[in-house]
Amino acid sequence: MRTIKSEEITQKVRKLCMDAAYDLSPDVENALKKAMDREISPTGKEILRQILENAKISRNEQVPICQDTGFSVFFVDIGDQVMVDGNINDAINKGVSQAYVDGYLRKSILKDPIRGGNTGDNTPAICYYDFVPGDKIKIVTLPKGGGSENMSGIKMGRPADGAEGIINFVVQKVSEAGPNPCPPIVVGVGIGGTFERCALNAKKALLRSLDEPNPDPFYADMEKTILEKINNSGIGPQGLGGTMTCLGVNIIAFPRHIASFPAAINIECHAHRHKEVII
Amino acid sequence: MTEHKITTPLTDDIIGKLKAGDTVFITGSIYTARDAAHKKLIEALESGKGLPFDIKGQIIYYVGPSPAKPGAVIGSAGPTTSGRMDPYTPRLIKEGLRGMIGKGLRSKDVVDAMIQYGAVYFAAVGGAAALISKTITGSEPIAYDDLGPESVKRLEVKDFPVIVVIDKHGNNLYEIGKKEYAGKYSEARG
Repeated sequence: MRTIKSEEITQKVRKLCMDAAYDLSPDVENALKKAMDREISPTGKEILRQILENAKISRNEQVPICQDTGFSVFFVDIGDQVMVDGNINDAINKGVSQAYVDGYLRKSILKDPIRGGNTGDNTPAICYYDFVPGDKIKIVTLPKGGGSENMSGIKMGRPADGAEGIINFVVQKVSEAGPNPCPPIVVGVGIGGTFERCALNAKKALLRSLDEPNPDPFYADMEKTILEKINNSGIGPQGLGGTMTCLGVNIIAFPRHIASFPAAINIECHAHRHKEVII
Repeated sequence: MTEHKITTPLTDDIIGKLKAGDTVFITGSIYTARDAAHKKLIEALESGKGLPFDIKGQIIYYVGPSPAKPGAVIGSAGPTTSGRMDPYTPRLIKEGLRGMIGKGLRSKDVVDAMIQYGAVYFAAVGGAAALISKTITGSEPIAYDDLGPESVKRLEVKDFPVIVVIDKHGNNLYEIGKKEYAGKYSEARG
């Protein structure tokens, strides 16, 4: 058994949150550059140029890419040969708190959803834990902004709806969202599972690099179909018209109940902040 | 698609020249206000107290910046979703507000007021928050300090980049753009 100190987790999470806020991920930067080259709308091209210039500034000056530094979401894979000397959830929350104060990130979390009250340090973090073989802990963060999150949705469909039903649902949600989620967007789709697992998978789907295709050719094909339909909507960068509305569609399929057919869409903006550390 | 360099306040002459799709660089003073401040502004009008600043010809920028680093004027300062301020906007346009900077769709009531009084809606690029903050050269508190980060401020800006989304005639780039490019993705790829 290997022991990891909770303070090490706190320090690594602190750095992870700041890196995620300031440093645009390489796969996103590549996708945005390709989109700028392909975009036929002059306004759309200029918007993508500003987004890429923004990424250079935020990286060089270590300031947030976007002022909405998001809800701190974590996916944690804990090796079965690892022990943490303390409560890992507390360690992660401590890291978030330190990052958002020390890193001049915006504290956007209210304690009560109706009665308000800013928590002052962007906690609580939302953490999902999985147990995997090995002696490491992998921590992935996906700070999620409010604008794109608000445009997400879930449909408890019928098996008869089929793949076509899911494709139509996803494309429809993106169409309704229009400019609000800050296109160009990344789309995470969950299919199957229970109500809440389906939604979680839609978010988890966003973790797959934009450079990587879906390992299952059946779903890779479905992703391509959805991407094409979305980009033919004409919504474009910032919804001001263009062909580059979406940088990628990622699907996670999960076993389903014989009577259920849920599909969820988690829309993500072009900042698409995601960083990982392995301890 | 024309490019304009303008200075505040917005005169009828300036507004008349701006068409949906034009690129604009704004220099001068703009005011910031979000949901809570807007609510207070309307309350001030309805109670007869009056607004805490002269709104005639002015621009409001919908923004909630990240904290400024020591020595910096402001943190990252990209636009927030304008739609949340829609319930309050027609009244402010009636009082003299002539420009708004934000992102996202506006309600019919807002567009009607823009057409009736001659106002313009600009989009700043969402997520280009660090780039935008570089064009902000000063920040001064104006009202509602008790709202903390949501207080009303006056920002000095130089060549703040925006795009005209809805002009005084109600031409809407969100609609025009989408129509123009629908179906073009497959065409462009051949």
